Amino acid sequence: MLNVSDILETITMIQDENLDIRTITMGISLLDCADGDEARSCRKVYDKITRLAKNLVKTGEDIEAKYGIPIINKRISVTPVAILAAASGGDPVKYAKTLDRAAREVGVNFVGGFSALVHKGFSKGDEALIRSIPEALSETQFVCSSVNIGSTSAGINLDAVKMMGEAILEAAKRTADRECIGAAKLVVFCNAPEDNPFMAGAFHGPGEPECVINVGVSGPGVVRSALSKTRGLNITEISDVIKKTAFKITRMGQLVGAEAAEMLGVPFGIVDLSLAPTPEVGDSVAHILEEIGLEQCGAHGTTATLALLNDAVKKGGVMASSKVGGLSGAFIPVSEDAGMIEAARSGALSIEKLEAMTSVCSVGLDMVIIPGDTSADVISAIIADEAAIGMINSKTTAVRVIPAIGKKAGEELNFGGLLGSGPIMRVSTLSPSRFISRGGQIPAPIQSLKN
Amino acid sequence: MKAIVTVIGKDMVGIIAKVSSKCAESNANVVEVTQSVLQDLFAMIMLVDISGLNCEFSSFSRSMSDTGEELGLVITAMHEDIFNSMHRI
Repeated sequence: MLNVSDILETITMIQDENLDIRTITMGISLLDCADGDEARSCRKVYDKITRLAKNLVKTGEDIEAKYGIPIINKRISVTPVAILAAASGGDPVKYAKTLDRAAREVGVNFVGGFSALVHKGFSKGDEALIRSIPEALSETQFVCSSVNIGSTSAGINLDAVKMMGEAILEAAKRTADRECIGAAKLVVFCNAPEDNPFMAGAFHGPGEPECVINVGVSGPGVVRSALSKTRGLNITEISDVIKKTAFKITRMGQLVGAEAAEMLGVPFGIVDLSLAPTPEVGDSVAHILEEIGLEQCGAHGTTATLALLNDAVKKGGVMASSKVGGLSGAFIPVSEDAGMIEAARSGALSIEKLEAMTSVCSVGLDMVIIPGDTSADVISAIIADEAAIGMINSKTTAVRVIPAIGKKAGEELNFGGLLGSGPIMRVSTLSPSRFISRGGQIPAPIQSLKN
Repeated sequence: MKAIVTVIGKDMVGIIAKVSSKCAESNANVVEVTQSVLQDLFAMIMLVDISGLNCEFSSFSRSMSDTGEELGLVITAMHEDIFNSMHRI
C-alpha cells in the first residue's frame, strides 16, 4: 500500500494548498470548415465545435468526481480564424459570434482562436480580422483573441505592432462600461506556441492534429507551502524542492489529460508545465519569490529568483509528462496574483521591473492595467519591447495590457473571477511615435540562423 | 479499481465501525487499513476495492464526506490512481 505520508501530502495539496488542474482545453482544427460563403463557413464551424466538444464539460466534471481534483476551466481553442476569413471574405465578427454561440451551447468558459499569425506579413484576411478584434470582443462573451506579431525566425512586423496598439486601446474603449474587459481577452505574442491551453492566447495552430486535448496545471500554493516547510536551505536545495513539487503537480496534469483524451476519444496533446496563479490568497507566484527570501516581489533579486523558479518548474515537470508544450513556466499576470497585486499597489513593482522579469518567465507583460489616457503608440512600443525580448531570446513573450478608460494611475479595475483586480500602473508617456510609425519589418536576428 | 479513504479527526468510539459499514452499504470491499492515534488525533487510511460498487464513485465519495460531517471528522475518498501517479514513477 502507499505510504501514509504520501497520501496525506496529496490530500493536503488539493484541499489546503489550491492544487488544481487549471484547464483542459480541446483544440479543434477548423481547416475543413473553410468555405467561399461566409454563412456556410460559420455554420460548419458551429456544427463541428458543438459535435466534437459536446461532452467536454461533462467529461471534465466526471474526472473531477473520480479523482477529487478540481478542474477549474474547460475550454476550446480553434484554428486561427483569419485563415477562414481569408477563404470566405466578409465580416470576421460573424465568426466571433459563431464561436460565442458554440461556446455557450457546449458550456465552456472560453473559446480561443480569434487569431491571426502575421509575424512576417499580412495575408488575405489578416488585416480585416485584426481591425475587427475590438468589435468582436465587445460583442461576445466567451471569445478570446490573439495575434502573433513576431518570431525569432521572422523578426517583428512593425506594421502589425502599430495596429495592435490601436486594437487594444479600441477594445478597452468599447468595453469601458464593463471594466474594459475587451482588452483582457486580447493578447499579442512573439513566438506564440501552437498548442497553448491557456487563455487568452490559446489557438489551435495549423500544424496541430484534427482534434486534441491539452492540459494546463496550476499549483503555486503547493510550491510555496513546500518551501515554507523547509529551514535554512541554500539556493540549490531550494531549486530541488521546487523540482520535486513541480514533478508531482505535473503528474496530476498527465493523469487527467490522458484520462480526458481517452474518455473523449481524441489524442492527448501536451501538458503545459505552468505555475498559474489565481487572485486567491495562497495561490500566488509572487509569494513563492517572497518565500525564497525577498521582502516583497519587485525588490532587486526578483528576476533572479523568478529565473530559478521558472527553470526548476520545467526541470521537475518535464520528466512527469510524456509530452510537454504550450507556454510551460511560471506566469506573472499582475491582476491574477494576490502577491503581485499587493506589490503593484504598494509601488514595489513597476512595469519596468515586470519587463525585466518577462525575460526569464514563461510569458510576458500579462494582465497589467495601465492608465486610460495611454496613447496607442505607447502601447505599440510596449509590445515592440516585449517582442524584442522574445525574438532575441528565442522564447515566447506576450503583452496583455488593459487601458483603464477614464481612470488614472492609482485607481483600480476589478474584473472579478480568475481575471482578478489590480491597480493602474504608471507608464512612461514619452512618445515613441516616430519609431512606431516607420512601419516595415524588424529583420530576423542572427539567432535565427541555426541551420 | 481501488480507492483510498482517509479519515482524520478527534478520536472517538466506533469510527472504524461506522466508516466500514458505510463502505459495505455501497458494496466497497475494505482491503487494507492502517490507523494511528497521534495525541488526540485519529488518522485512518483504508484501501477499498471499488470494482463492485453499487453506485457511482462520485456518490460513494459524497456519502463518505457526508458521514465525516455527521461525525465531526474529515473523510475523503479518492481514486487510487491519483496517489500512484503522483508518488510512483
